[in-house]
Amino acid sequence: MKAFFDSDIWWSFRRSPVTVVSAIMAFICVVGAAFASFIAPHNPFDLASLQLMDAFKPPSWEAEGDPVYFLGTDDQGRDMLSAIMYGARVSLMVGFCAVIFSTLVGVTVGLVAGYMGGKIDSLLMRIADIQLTFPSILVALLVDGVVRAAVPREVHDQIALFVVIFAIGISNWPQFARTVRGSTLVERNKEYVQAARVIGLSPLRIMRSHVLPNVMSPVLVIATLNLSFAILSEATLSFLGVGVPPTQPSLGTLIRIGNDFLFSGEWWIAIFPGIALIVMVLSVNLLGDWLRDALNPKLR
Amino acid sequence: MFSFIVSRILQALPVMFVVSLISFAMFAYVGDPVSIMLGQDFTEAQRIALVHDLGLDEPFFVQFAKFIGNALQGEFGLSYRLSRPVAELIAERAPATLELAICAAMISLCVGVPMGIYTGLFRHSWLSRFLLTFSLIGVSLPTFLIGILLILVFSVWLGWLPSFGRGDVVQIGWWSSGFLTLSGLKAMILPAITLGLLQLTLIMRLVRSEMMEVLRTDYIKFARARGLPNRSIYFGHALKNTLVPVITIAGLQLGSIIAFAIVTETVFQWPGMGLLFIQSVGAADIPVMAAYLMLIAVVFVTINLVVDLLYYAVDPRLRVGRGRGH
Repeated sequence: MKAFFDSDIWWSFRRSPVTVVSAIMAFICVVGAAFASFIAPHNPFDLASLQLMDAFKPPSWEAEGDPVYFLGTDDQGRDMLSAIMYGARVSLMVGFCAVIFSTLVGVTVGLVAGYMGGKIDSLLMRIADIQLTFPSILVALLVDGVVRAAVPREVHDQIALFVVIFAIGISNWPQFARTVRGSTLVERNKEYVQAARVIGLSPLRIMRSHVLPNVMSPVLVIATLNLSFAILSEATLSFLGVGVPPTQPSLGTLIRIGNDFLFSGEWWIAIFPGIALIVMVLSVNLLGDWLRDALNPKLR
Repeated sequence: MFSFIVSRILQALPVMFVVSLISFAMFAYVGDPVSIMLGQDFTEAQRIALVHDLGLDEPFFVQFAKFIGNALQGEFGLSYRLSRPVAELIAERAPATLELAICAAMISLCVGVPMGIYTGLFRHSWLSRFLLTFSLIGVSLPTFLIGILLILVFSVWLGWLPSFGRGDVVQIGWWSSGFLTLSGLKAMILPAITLGLLQLTLIMRLVRSEMMEVLRTDYIKFARARGLPNRSIYFGHALKNTLVPVITIAGLQLGSIIAFAIVTETVFQWPGMGLLFIQSVGAADIPVMAAYLMLIAVVFVTINLVVDLLYYAVDPRLRVGRGRGH
């Protein structure tokens, strides 16, 4: 632990106030989301506690606001603050899982392509190139659309969360694969790998326990920056109405609902989830930028 | 030059092949067109007859070849949702999307490049800092949220600009244009800004970092040592050399503009191809999705080809390299 506090990384972290603030914001977001069921003032999914009388209450600081509902209520009388906390939980979870998924796929493909070389390499990288030709949001939409057409509606509602995670994850793997392949190509010819080969280790073992640890640090940076991207993708899909099921509204779903009430003057239903989304994504982005600079010795 | 173009086209062919294979596989295996077309009551004989009529009993590659043949003629069958020819639906909505994409691309280039040059040259001025912060927010703001905020401010609160649709359009042959009427132009402003903002910030950051990179090189130092005025150093020497990556990114961004048009069109209920696509995804309307996928693939492959050719035009090193037989 002491080694960590003495390290360059900790030093560069403390030195940048923007990074410290964004780390705090990210921490608040994660805690607020993860423990939503304990600290949220209301349970937006408890139908018994919902009162239609309380629908469309503005935030508490406005003239007609109700101090019970700090950020106001939506069309069904749900407390916005609680809905945002529960929504952030879905958004973060989908984001994390999607990033883990694309990291797993991308790192595996990149390692195999870079280490094996030859035909396997050109085939895998060709696939990655073709997919990179298309923006990932389009790939995600398409995957979601195909699954929607392939499975019956009732089944789809149950697996919708996994479909979204899969769609976003699969749309982002080429980035990881390319980076890992690049570093693997460099590592492959180093002496320690040759030594491992000489003592007769299997390629699988060399890739996993020798090459992999040495190509992970750029992956960490991409994964962080990708997290904000995955959160945004999920929000976009849900906003378009094809993401997470309506029974588990994410921030994107909340904004979609709020969008319908923009013209009747209930701006808070769309804007507060929007602000939560921006804060979350911005802080993750800033952390990722900092991590990239801190891990890049060239910039020091 | 000729062999360069040919080799690029040959590289594009596998992409098109894979995409049409995916597209066809969607057509053939996802959803069940027969049960959709037959409805509730049918006999086994009717079903077999329809399967035969649709050619679904033929071998995979025969079906695939037919699909490609039809696709080349712009024939994608009927939309499940609207029961109209897919090609007709897309042709009807293409002008709206294209006009929007062109406007957005113009905004992002015409504003993004100068902003990038400025922030690259005057790195420490307060305006540069402001623009950089603004660009970070631009990257973090999702497209749909930008749209909603713009609608809230300019349509709901100020009431200056319309928030949905294209306004009045003028038909010129089969092309419907919103550029020729006042309401059409007014309706264009908010969607175009929404769509262009993300690309604008990306282009600005790219031009800035390229500019800073180039200004550090030796030939700029020599140009200074020769006593050239700043103007000619910045625009004659530096800017030219930042253009290569800018062209690539701008070209590829045009692709993502078309992709994000889906989002923008949903927010503004803009009657373009993106809105058609998203409605089709929601309704699992496979023919429209397959056709849109093919169309987008053609657009992207073409853009990549044009970008490569522009490279060739802008970077003399590529030409010299080829001449020497690399």
